[in-house]
Amino acid sequence: MDRRNFLKIIGSGAASAATGNLLTPGRTFAKDTPTVKEFYGILVDTTRCIGCRRCEKACAEANGLPVPDISESKSADVLKTKRKTTDTEYTIINSYDTEKGKFFVPKRCMHCNQPGCAAACLVKAMKKRPSGHVTWASNCIGCRLCMVSCPFDIPKFEYSKAMPRIQKCNLCFDRFNNGGIPACVEVCPTQALMFGSRRQILEEGKRRIATNPDKYIDHIYGEFEVGGTSHLYLSAVPFEQIGFRKDLGTKPYPEYSTGFLYAVPFIFVLWPIVMLGINRATKKDGHEHQEEKHEEKGKH
Amino acid sequence: MAGEKLETVEVVQQKEEVPQIKSLGDFWTFMKGQLKPRGNIATPFNIISLPIMILGYIFIVYRLATGLGKPITNLNQEYPWGLWIGFDVVTGVAFAGGAYVLCFVVYILRAEKYHAIIRATVLNGFLAYLFYAGAIVLDIGRWWNIYNPMVGNDFGVNAVMFLVAWHFFLYMLAELVEFSPTIAEWLGMKWLRKILGSLTLGAVVFGICLSTLHQSGLAALMIMAKSKIHPLWYTEFIPILYFVSSIFAGLSMVIFEGSISHKVFGGQLDEAHHKHYDDILVGLSKICAVAMFGYFFLKAILLVHEHAVGYLFTPMGTWYLIEVIGFVLVPCFMFISGAQQKNTATIKFAAILTMLGIIINRLNYTFIAYNWYLPLSEKYWPAPMEYVITASIILTEIWAFRWIVNRMPVLKEPPAWAKAMEEH
Repeated sequence: MDRRNFLKIIGSGAASAATGNLLTPGRTFAKDTPTVKEFYGILVDTTRCIGCRRCEKACAEANGLPVPDISESKSADVLKTKRKTTDTEYTIINSYDTEKGKFFVPKRCMHCNQPGCAAACLVKAMKKRPSGHVTWASNCIGCRLCMVSCPFDIPKFEYSKAMPRIQKCNLCFDRFNNGGIPACVEVCPTQALMFGSRRQILEEGKRRIATNPDKYIDHIYGEFEVGGTSHLYLSAVPFEQIGFRKDLGTKPYPEYSTGFLYAVPFIFVLWPIVMLGINRATKKDGHEHQEEKHEEKGKH
Repeated sequence: MAGEKLETVEVVQQKEEVPQIKSLGDFWTFMKGQLKPRGNIATPFNIISLPIMILGYIFIVYRLATGLGKPITNLNQEYPWGLWIGFDVVTGVAFAGGAYVLCFVVYILRAEKYHAIIRATVLNGFLAYLFYAGAIVLDIGRWWNIYNPMVGNDFGVNAVMFLVAWHFFLYMLAELVEFSPTIAEWLGMKWLRKILGSLTLGAVVFGICLSTLHQSGLAALMIMAKSKIHPLWYTEFIPILYFVSSIFAGLSMVIFEGSISHKVFGGQLDEAHHKHYDDILVGLSKICAVAMFGYFFLKAILLVHEHAVGYLFTPMGTWYLIEVIGFVLVPCFMFISGAQQKNTATIKFAAILTMLGIIINRLNYTFIAYNWYLPLSEKYWPAPMEYVITASIILTEIWAFRWIVNRMPVLKEPPAWAKAMEEH
C-alpha cells in the first residue's frame, strides 16, 4: 500500500465516522457484505456421496489437523453416530436412513451470503470475503458470539487451549488465492462435490433436478435459506430426513439486528432532548427552591 | 443472612476534618492513612469471604494460563456462553440498572425524596460494572485482544457487540463522573468538587442514553440465536423486554442492597434518615410494581404475537409460567400490597423474588432455554470453578463497596462546605 492510498483510507475512515457511520451502524451493512457479487461455493449432491470420508481426510491434511482413520472398518463404526463438526474436524459426513434408503451427507460451514457470524463480530475477525469465503482472523477477542449467532452451529472454539482460536471451514481460502480449489472437492471420487461460482453451481443444481425429476426433490437447500448460502445441497428426500433444519427461514440473519441498530441514533438524539426538557420543566423558581431547601435541612 | 454476618463489620465515626491535599506527597500520606483497615479485622464476614476470594483469584490465574476448557468451565461447542456471561455480566448489568433509573428520578424529575440513596446506588452501579461486566475479561477467550474494538483493530461497527462494548466502557466513565463529587469531598478538594459537580447533569443524560441502549443491547446480542432459543422466550422484541425488566431488576437490587447497607452501616445515619428510608422503599416499590405490570403485559402480548401459546402445555411451558407468574406477577402484587400497607418486609421479600426471577430469566436466554432441544445429558451446567470465581468477584465487589462507604461520604452526610456549595 503506498502512502497516498494509506492516507485515503485513513481520511475516508475518519470522514465516514464523522458523518455518522458510528451512529447508524446498521446502514453500512449492505456495503460490507455484498449480495450481488459472484460468490464461490460448493454444490453438494447427497445422492452421489458414498460416505468414503476422503474429504474428511483431505480437509485435515490441507488444514494441518489430526488426520482421521478412514479405513472401511473404522468408517462403518464412525458413521453409526450423528457427528458435528469440531475444532479439529471442519468437515464431517453423517449417514441417514430414509424412506429412499441410506444417504451420506457432508457437513461443513455453509458460507452464508450474509453470515450471522460476520455480522455479530465486533472486530470483523469473521469476515465474508468478496469471493464468498467466510474466514476468521486473529484479531478475534474470543467472545464466541459468532457461535451463538450461527444458524448452522459451525464456528467451534478451542476450549482446551490457552490461546484459543475459532475454527471452521474457510472454503480453502489460501488454496483459492493460489488458484486452487477446496481440498475436499479435489479428492471426491464420485463428484458429489462441485466447486464453482454460486451462479454456476446453482444452475447445475437446477439442471440436475430438471433432468432427473424423479431422482431429486425440487428444492436446493441454501438457495434461499437464511438469505442464501454458498454451499448448496441437492437431495433425493426431504431435507429434514437428512439432518437439515427447515425452520431457519429465508431472512438473512444480520437483518434480525438491524431494527435494534436503527434505534441507536434515535435514542441518542431524542432521549437527551426529552430529558433536558423535563429537567428544565421540573425546575422550581428561585423562591420556592429556597424554601424547599430549608425544609430539607429541617428533616435531617 | 449475609446482612447479619456483615453486621459486625467496622463502623467509622469520625469527626469532620477536611484533609489538606496540596501536593503529591500530601496525597500519598492521606492515602496511606485511608488504606489502613478500620476496626476489627476478624469479623465472621471477613473470615468466610477471604478464603473464597483467594481461592477464586488462584482459579482466575489458572484460567488465564490454561484456557476456558474443563475443569475450569463446562462450556462447550453447544453452549458457548454460560454462568459468567449469563449471571456475572448479563444479570449483573440488569441489577446495576437501578443507577440510571434513580438518576432519572432524582436529576431529571427532581424527586428530592430519593436524593438520600442516590450516592450509594450510583456507587453500587459503578462497582457492578467494574467487577461484573469486568468479569467479561475472564470469559473472553482471547483476552489479550480485549482492547481491539477500542483501538480500531478492527471496528465492527455493524455489530451489536461493538455497541455494547463501547457503551459499557462509556457508561463506566459516566458513572464515575456521577460519583466523582463524592471522591472530591473525601479528598477535601473544593475546587475539584465544584468542577465535577457541574458535570453531573450531563453525565446523567449521557448515562441514561447509554443504559437504554446497552440494557436492550444485551438482548440484541441474542437476537441472531433465533433458531436456538425456545419460542416461548425468543421474540424480536427481547431488547424491549430486557430494558423494561432492567428497571425493576435495578430497583429491586437498590431495595435489597439498601436494606443490608442500612443494617451494616446504620451507625453512619441518624434516626430521621432511617424513618425517611421506609418512605423511599414504598416509593421504589410503586415504580417496580408499575414496571413489572407493564413487563407482564408485554410478555402476554408477545406470547400471542409469536404464536407460542401451544408451548405452554409442555415442560418448558411450565418453566416459563413459573418464571412469568411466580417471579414477575406474584412479586408485582407483593410490591403493590407492600406499598399500600407500607410494609417494608413485604417489599423486601418482593425484591428478593424479583431478583431471583431476573436471574432465571437471564440464564434462560444464555443456557437454560438455549438449545432447549438437546437431551439433558448434553446440557450445560456450570462447573464448580465457575461458581467459585463468580462468588469471589461478588465478594471483592462487596469489599470495595465497604471500603468506600467507610471512607467517603456515601451514606453519611457530605461535609458542610460541600452542602453549602450545593445550595448556590
